[in-house]
Amino acid sequence: MNPENYLYLAALLFTLGACGVLLRRNAIVVFMCIELMLNAANLLLVTFSRMHGNLEGQIMAFFVMVVAAAEVVVGLAIIVMVYRSRHSASVDDASLMKL
Amino acid sequence: MIGLLVAAPLLGAALLLLGGRRLDRVGHWLGLAASAASLVFALVLFTDLLGKDGEERSLHQHLFSWVPVADFRADVAFQLDQLSMTFVLLITSVGTLIHLYSVGYMEHDERRRRFFGYLNLFLAAMLLLVLADNYLLLYVGWEGVGLASYLLIGFWQHKPSAATAAKKAFVVNRVGDVGLSLAILLMFTTFGSFSFTHVFAGVDGASEATLTGIGLMLLLAACGKSAQVPLQSWLGDAMEGPTPVSALIHAATMVTAGVYLVTRSGVVFDAAPDAQTVVITVGAVTLLFGAIVGCAKDDIKKALAGSTMSQIGYMMLAAGLGPLGYVFAIMHLVTHGFFKAGLFLGAGSVMHGMNDEVDMRRYGGLRKHMPITFATFGLAYLAIIGFPYLSGFFSKDEIIYAGFAKGGNEGWLLGGVMLLGAALTAYYMTRIMLMTFFGEKRWQPDEAGHEPHPHESPLVMTVPMLILAVGSVAAGFVFDSGERFVKWLEPVTGLAHGDSPVSHGEVSIAATVVMLLGVGGAYLQYGRREVPAVAPAGRLLTRAARRDLLQDDFNHVAFVQTGNYLTRGLVYLDHKLVDGMVNGTAAAFGGLSGRLRRVQNGFARSYAVSMFGGTALLVAATLLMRAV
Amino acid sequence: MSFPLLTATAAVPAIGAVATAAVPAARRTGAKWLALAFSLVTVGFAAAVLLRFDTGSGADRFQLTESHSWIEDFGVRYELGVDGIGATMIALTAVLVPFLIGAGWNDADPVEGEPQATRRWRPTQGFFALILMVEAMVVLSFAATDVFLFYLFFEAMLIPMYFLIGGFGDRAGEQGEEGQARQRSYAAVKFLLYNLVGGLVMLAAVIGLYAQTADQLDAGTFSLQAILEARASGDLDFSTGVERWLFLGFFFAFAIKAPLWPLHTWLPNAMGEATAPVAVLITAIVDKVGTFAMLRFCLGLFPEASDWATPVILVLSLVSILYGALVALGQRDMKRLIAYASISHFGFIVLGVFAMTSQGQGGATLYMINHGIATAALLLVAGFLIARRGSRLIGDYGGVQKTAPVLAGTFLVGGLATLSLPGTGPFVSEFLVLVGTFSRHQAVGIIACTGIVLAALYVLVLYQRTMTGPVRAGLEKLPDLRVRELAVVTPLIGLLLFLGVYPKPLTEIVNPAVEHTLSDVHQTDPEPQIDVSEVEAAE
Repeated sequence: MNPENYLYLAALLFTLGACGVLLRRNAIVVFMCIELMLNAANLLLVTFSRMHGNLEGQIMAFFVMVVAAAEVVVGLAIIVMVYRSRHSASVDDASLMKL
Repeated sequence: MIGLLVAAPLLGAALLLLGGRRLDRVGHWLGLAASAASLVFALVLFTDLLGKDGEERSLHQHLFSWVPVADFRADVAFQLDQLSMTFVLLITSVGTLIHLYSVGYMEHDERRRRFFGYLNLFLAAMLLLVLADNYLLLYVGWEGVGLASYLLIGFWQHKPSAATAAKKAFVVNRVGDVGLSLAILLMFTTFGSFSFTHVFAGVDGASEATLTGIGLMLLLAACGKSAQVPLQSWLGDAMEGPTPVSALIHAATMVTAGVYLVTRSGVVFDAAPDAQTVVITVGAVTLLFGAIVGCAKDDIKKALAGSTMSQIGYMMLAAGLGPLGYVFAIMHLVTHGFFKAGLFLGAGSVMHGMNDEVDMRRYGGLRKHMPITFATFGLAYLAIIGFPYLSGFFSKDEIIYAGFAKGGNEGWLLGGVMLLGAALTAYYMTRIMLMTFFGEKRWQPDEAGHEPHPHESPLVMTVPMLILAVGSVAAGFVFDSGERFVKWLEPVTGLAHGDSPVSHGEVSIAATVVMLLGVGGAYLQYGRREVPAVAPAGRLLTRAARRDLLQDDFNHVAFVQTGNYLTRGLVYLDHKLVDGMVNGTAAAFGGLSGRLRRVQNGFARSYAVSMFGGTALLVAATLLMRAV
Repeated sequence: MSFPLLTATAAVPAIGAVATAAVPAARRTGAKWLALAFSLVTVGFAAAVLLRFDTGSGADRFQLTESHSWIEDFGVRYELGVDGIGATMIALTAVLVPFLIGAGWNDADPVEGEPQATRRWRPTQGFFALILMVEAMVVLSFAATDVFLFYLFFEAMLIPMYFLIGGFGDRAGEQGEEGQARQRSYAAVKFLLYNLVGGLVMLAAVIGLYAQTADQLDAGTFSLQAILEARASGDLDFSTGVERWLFLGFFFAFAIKAPLWPLHTWLPNAMGEATAPVAVLITAIVDKVGTFAMLRFCLGLFPEASDWATPVILVLSLVSILYGALVALGQRDMKRLIAYASISHFGFIVLGVFAMTSQGQGGATLYMINHGIATAALLLVAGFLIARRGSRLIGDYGGVQKTAPVLAGTFLVGGLATLSLPGTGPFVSEFLVLVGTFSRHQAVGIIACTGIVLAALYVLVLYQRTMTGPVRAGLEKLPDLRVRELAVVTPLIGLLLFLGVYPKPLTEIVNPAVEHTLSDVHQTDPEPQIDVSEVEAAE
């Protein structure tokens, strides 16, 4: 199969994720969309790795996965805390740097 | 030795002003001692000079180098020649007499110690002025006497009028000082020096335009200090000061400093005939101006101030005549110093006995109450109007003669003006005399209900008056016999005779005749008729003369008001325009950031949009650059 | 290696500042004495600088030099050294500060009955520590011969100054405590912004200068001496345009600091709101860095551009002289009046600097010193008066000389010195400036002369309105000067009189430096039209 198609898929996923970040209010959904964008980037890295025939892209993809996992831990914790105090997970409600 | 002359009163001033209250009880004697010490030094130096030949009568003393910067060399150095010596003797002798007089006059003033401190300061500055051997040091003395004059005019500072008069005197004098500064600046750029020796030596090589410039600037300075038109307006107000001050500073010594300056710079003026013409004009105008003002004033001190102005006009005119007149300018200056000081001390004595009343319309018939004052005042009066064989007769007639000797139409014009001035002098002096000492008593209780009890002044006051009266009577004769004064001063100032269309005798006769006319006129008006206690409205000229010929009104409109508007306008502009521009810039930035702040709204998604937008822009820009 | 005298002169007040700041809150008086002691030690060091300075004909231009490598990559060195001008300016700074401390002895005491919440703050310690800090920075800027080092201290002194202006003011006043605080913070911010803008422009010029040296020499340098040598030998040659831009960059900063019309409006605000000692610190010491830097950096580094800009600068300084004096006449607030008078005086100083004659520049240097002392005397006495009555408005006073004659007397002497009365120091310097200006630019000299009359007017009007006339209600019990206040004012007045009668020691130190500066700008004094030097000086 032509690897270029993976590139198109990655671009599509990234666009979907970006749109989700911009349009959705629910923090959890926004968060998932960010994951989507990260994975689109991962897909790109792996694809290019394949296209260029070296491993650097794949190594990088692993790094991204680790960072994404860490991010999920911190991000979800914040969202939970915000939800607890405001009883809402809308990102627009949290427009001030204080409670 | 010369330094000691200045040092004695300076030390006295320092002691009295810094000594504090513990010197209150002896302060006045200390001041008198300092002044007398100066007089003794002066006499010693005088005998020293007399022992030398005419041409060598000059002493120098170089104290220290004052301000050396590259070619600019100002020294503190004294020069004592016949001209300075004349002044030194006048200043120290009259000064000491007036110190003595003040002991009595200021007896009841709680700030008497300070008064004597200021008087000593004045003496020191005045001596510095006449002893300096260069113009910059002269300038120090020049402003020093201005300061002393400021302090003494405003001595009764609690009176707003005195404070205003003092300020006015200082500021008007400062206008003159600008002239002196500019003259020194011009000398420095022209000659690279401003010591008398160097400047006078370089005059031959300088262009006439430069010398005229220097001369006119020196004249401006002289006008300020000597109350000559157009800077005369301060002298009348200066009478706010205590009367001994008026006698010493504003009659006998300081106001004649301008004449000293012109005479001292004679070499410059001789080489700049245009400047001399202006000096003569100023002298002639002031001579009449002062006389007219003197005729109209009811305030005895202001009438005498007008007279001072007028007499200095004579001196200035004589000094403007060059070698024809220098000697006689100085001679008149000395005799005037005696009789005008005598007149002022007499006026002070009258005021002392009359609860400080100065309005002559409230005097009358005082000769019975104050015989000594009457006698001394009368002798000084006869001297100033030029009564034959009293001192004014000799000195004034010589000046009038010198005016005629100028030659041509100018000579006739000057002689005529001065004769007219002599008539006016006789008129206003007789008026003062009659209103004060003759006629019926016109005094009234003051607002508090105190009726004045005119009485003769104590001995400390009358003794100086008597000595000055002797001087007024005898000085002219002593100076004139054997041409002593002329021979004494000639080596410094030079002497010329010119050819006069009239003889000495004719001038004397003419002067005596106009004098009698003036006396007669005043007698008809004030001696034969009763003097009204309230001044009549008077004609236009009288009213103008009472207001100093509208000089103050002119100054008010031309300078004070314009200055006020200018100042207020500038303050407004400074606030609104200069500061406004800065504040405007600040406000503009503030407004801009207010707008920009809205972008930071706290919505995470709007930040995300700008992030994506920015990235998209960057990508687009990169692609575009690639494509190009 | 010889003892680093200049560093020590700056280090003493710096250490003093730290030590004073560390004094516990309760030991207020101790902090004051400590600060005074350190400032007096500084005077000793400054005196040593003057004494060690060699005025002989073969002496080096910059003396007491120190040089250490600092940021090698950019050629920045810690280089200190003084010429005659710098040495006298350091002496002025060191001499004035103890008087300021003495005058401000009680200015920063905590207000009685202040709430407990503010008790831990130590305003008194802070006040004196900040003053000493400013002193250290000023001394270093007078001594720095590395352009970057100079820039550093020139800017750094803004920080303590900002807190001094904004943090301490006169007690109460007609606008009440809160209005006063608002005015004060406005003044402090204005001061800071003005000077920062100037500094920023100057920074650009400093970098530009470095770029030029890096371009043309082996290695980039900020060293004044190295640049002067390179310029003299022709190794370093700016193009006309570059030189003018760099000159303007430096001059702009100094003209704000000096301050020259129309960049002056921060000064009246700052001086009006600050306490009297701080106002003196601003006008008598900190501002002098501006005029001093014009002499040292503008003229030394950019002679051609200085020559090019001279006509405009002369006009600006003339405007400053007359405008400052006229606006001073229209002020109702004593301190603002003195501030505008200072603007007028700074006009004279700049005039002297750019007259490009030895009299002008020597006069300008003396003027800086004399103006510092004269303004200190006048302003400190005004401060004592204001502290007694709690008002800065001239209209609130009258007849003070009746109740407090010594106060009035010292005020008058300070005023007379301000109007340059002969016999006081300022006369000598003002006359030298006039001579220097007149011998090159006659018209400018003549116009500047009229400033003499205006100065007399504003000083005497101020004196008349406040001190003479009938005693105003509320002033009947006005106490006269106290011992501390007399101890502050008397030496200043003595100094003024001494410098008026015998300024020779100063001129001897300053003259060689002025000659060097003049040769930097390739100028010589104009010759008199007629040579009378053969005439024997009178014996």
